[in-house]
Amino acid sequence: MIRIAHTHKTFRGRDGTAVEALRDISFDMAEGEFVAIVGASGCGKSTLLRLVAGLVPLTSGSIVLGGEEVRGPRAETAMVFQAATLLPWADVLRNVTFPLRLMGRMAADTEEKARALLATAGLAGFDTKLPRELSGGMQQRVAICRALLQEPRLLLMDEPFGALDALTREEMSLELLRLWAARRMAVLFVTHSIPEAVLLADRVVVMSPRPGRIVDVVEVKLPRPRSFEQEGEDEFQRCARRIRAHIFGDRASRAA
Amino acid sequence: MFIAWEASVRLFGIREFVLPAPSAIWAATIAIWPTVLGHTWTTLVTVLLGFFASVAISLPLAMLIASSRAISAAIYPLLVITQSIPKVALAPILIVALGANELPRVIVTFLVAFFPLVVGTVAGLLATPPELIELGRACRAGRWQEMLRIRLPFAIPFVFGGLKVAAALAVVGAVVAEFVGADAGLGYLIQTSMAFFRTPLAFGAVVILALMGIVLFQAVALVERIFFPWSSGSEHAPPAV
Repeated sequence: MIRIAHTHKTFRGRDGTAVEALRDISFDMAEGEFVAIVGASGCGKSTLLRLVAGLVPLTSGSIVLGGEEVRGPRAETAMVFQAATLLPWADVLRNVTFPLRLMGRMAADTEEKARALLATAGLAGFDTKLPRELSGGMQQRVAICRALLQEPRLLLMDEPFGALDALTREEMSLELLRLWAARRMAVLFVTHSIPEAVLLADRVVVMSPRPGRIVDVVEVKLPRPRSFEQEGEDEFQRCARRIRAHIFGDRASRAA
Repeated sequence: MFIAWEASVRLFGIREFVLPAPSAIWAATIAIWPTVLGHTWTTLVTVLLGFFASVAISLPLAMLIASSRAISAAIYPLLVITQSIPKVALAPILIVALGANELPRVIVTFLVAFFPLVVGTVAGLLATPPELIELGRACRAGRWQEMLRIRLPFAIPFVFGGLKVAAALAVVGAVVAEFVGADAGLGYLIQTSMAFFRTPLAFGAVVILALMGIVLFQAVALVERIFFPWSSGSEHAPPAV
């Protein structure tokens, strides 16, 4: 469904210096697949996400989504950012329906669907609250509902739980899996947490920085539905270890 | 404060045409109350016309300026020039050109009020956080959708800051225009009372003007509280944890 072929991205600084953010990224994703991207800071994972989202133009190569090249933001793609990025002047219901209103895709039953979605995300009765009346976790849940209401074929998530505390992160991970299981759209999930990546994904793309490139793709053969109990299983540890070795590998060999 | 004022005037025997006591001000104003009311109304009409004219022109102008750097570079110098011209000098010229009627006074009031409004609104429109702009782009919002649905709502607190300043300045502008050429209004009243050394009446007019400014300011704040509760900042509900 997504084919990324030999994609490069170089940023030009104001003083003319070139920063090679991504080098020769090639990767395929199938419909309904949950893929995580893990890497240290500066490895270009957020840039890659924005290239797929059509928010940033690529320097060379191609990204094909559903048979068509990505030239700009697509209707079948929805994005969740690290900060909830809710409109502070609108209540929860208006926030959740904002993309559809902007794109002129509001139907008679959209508000009903929005309320039902909020209810499944544990936010029933919060329709009229303003974002500043919600906690960080709740705001992010609203942001996720906003993306899901668009019924996307591809959900892009840029470290969506990065701004949350560890306990809320765990809760939100399971929440996300639950919401995903009912819809099974393709998900591209950027994170810098190795356990989170292994818990959530079917496959984990490991990237390394300077310049950003894919060093490995790890297949996670854990059965669904996933849970934190699986952290003790061999397969989980094997995947996590392999990913960790790539990310910290040269540091470990230098220390040894 | 009024007690101290009254007391010092009586104690030090200050002459009435220098600094009248509050009691004298009250008496002089009440004596010709209907006339004073008529003058107040005239000034109020000028203020409101000028104020609403400045709102009607400033907001679209600010959106235009914020939407393009080229337009901004072209228009801003012109705006600054309008502000550098002393209105006291401009008013007589306008009156000669347009006659000693309502129009030049409204124009002067407008000129005084619209600059802070434009500057405040532009600042608000350009202060939109990049994440919100990115959200708009991810939702495929066009330039005007982005302006109307994201930048403008975000700028509301800034707009109201400008409106409050403009409200106060509009009162000043109207009075300045009346000083220069009018046959009615509180500015006219101040001038004529001072000419006849009827200082208490002049002070009365000043007090009324001050009240007018305060009332307009509060009216703007009230509109903000009613229609844009998220903007005025005071919220009673604590954030949920």
